[in-house]
Amino acid sequence: MSLKHDIEFKLNGVSRCASVRVDMSALDMLRDVAGLTGTKYGCGEGECGACTILVDGLSLNSCLMFAVDCHGRDVVTIEGLAADAKADALRAAFVEHGAVQCGYCTPGMVMQASHLLATHPDADAEAIKRGIEGNLCRCTGYTKIVEAIASVSRTGKPGARS
Amino acid sequence: MTEIEQYVAPSSLEQAAEYLQRSGEVTILAGGTDLMPQSQGGRLKIKRTLMNIQHIPELKGIAIDGGAIRIGALATITEIMQSELIKKHLPILIEACDHFASDQIRNAATLGGNVCNASPAGDMLVPLLVLDAEVELASKPDGGLTRRRLPLSEFFVGPGKTRRAPSELLAGLRIGLPGAHHYARFFKFGTRPALDIATISIGIAGTLNNGALSSARVAFGAVAPVPMRAPRTEQALEARRLDAATIEAVAGVARDEVTPIDDVRASAWYRKELIHNITKRMLDHVAQA
Repeated sequence: MSLKHDIEFKLNGVSRCASVRVDMSALDMLRDVAGLTGTKYGCGEGECGACTILVDGLSLNSCLMFAVDCHGRDVVTIEGLAADAKADALRAAFVEHGAVQCGYCTPGMVMQASHLLATHPDADAEAIKRGIEGNLCRCTGYTKIVEAIASVSRTGKPGARS
Repeated sequence: MTEIEQYVAPSSLEQAAEYLQRSGEVTILAGGTDLMPQSQGGRLKIKRTLMNIQHIPELKGIAIDGGAIRIGALATITEIMQSELIKKHLPILIEACDHFASDQIRNAATLGGNVCNASPAGDMLVPLLVLDAEVELASKPDGGLTRRRLPLSEFFVGPGKTRRAPSELLAGLRIGLPGAHHYARFFKFGTRPALDIATISIGIAGTLNNGALSSARVAFGAVAPVPMRAPRTEQALEARRLDAATIEAVAGVARDEVTPIDDVRASAWYRKELIHNITKRMLDHVAQA
């Protein structure tokens, strides 16, 4: 039996405790301990961004984060964003622009887009492409994804085709 | 099979140094972006104690300290990229941060982790080498906290191997404030801008006067077992006016000085060609600066 450690943290705005294996990733903790399966396992090594979450307001790959390191921190997953009125426009934009194909990258894409717009509210298509460079969409639906994000950026210029 | 027996998260440098002094069997956790894939992939085994150093205030922050900029080991790549001090005094580090992995990784990965991971292709290492950075190592050998400094150029001994003793913790990096006319540029070659491990990388620095670099510093990444300073290339470059013949000669010395290997990213031959051609291109830019 591997060593476990008790942590206390905020998950989608609610304080909670968990007992986690010390070598467990935050992704496994979210999916297997907290039961929140919106955050996806893609590559397990930080290349694809499907597991993107927000920790203390910054986007991170939850597959690269140790669950024990969530202690004392403010963690937001795609389920938390679903209950966040500020994210309504972004979610609606993904739907309206058809920015979802198979949907597997979508939670990570939306989390990263929400972080990008929080830090760069004026992001244009170029900045959006740089912002989501850590998120892979294997349906290669990037054009519609960039257009969706651009439509809620303050510049609101889609023009993502290049 | 050794299991992890203890997880600790000290809140001071002193406490952390004590844990390291008591047992050499400690794996240090900072951002986790290297440790997690290495341990999950079986390339690294977490030792008896896993020590999370993220709660140690002495390891945080970027500040001017006695004629130098001290970057705490826990400074993330994003924090460095956003630092006004770094933008003003060490813009070459911004260039390296901008080519570092992805936003998600930059938000978690620490400078200290990049240095201690000691990858020959580590993105921050080449620019730090040409800035004459020093590492600051803390330990508690006989009851009192002590620190020693070591030039970064002497810190790396092999892929993943450094001169950090098991009882020591990397506390930060120190970089002397560059003087007037300081010039420093970094170039990373990869197949895509994001999330790529460098095929090769090059740093060139020095004091630029009348089209010549003095106190020239050249470093190369991903072409040797460690990120390397290139003394022969530096010597060929030192204080010479950068006309076309000199630039070609220096680029030739650079190609001969590196000892790359064939791997999945490129052949040794291709890496040598890249070193030659990109050194030449970078020196053309110096000449036009």
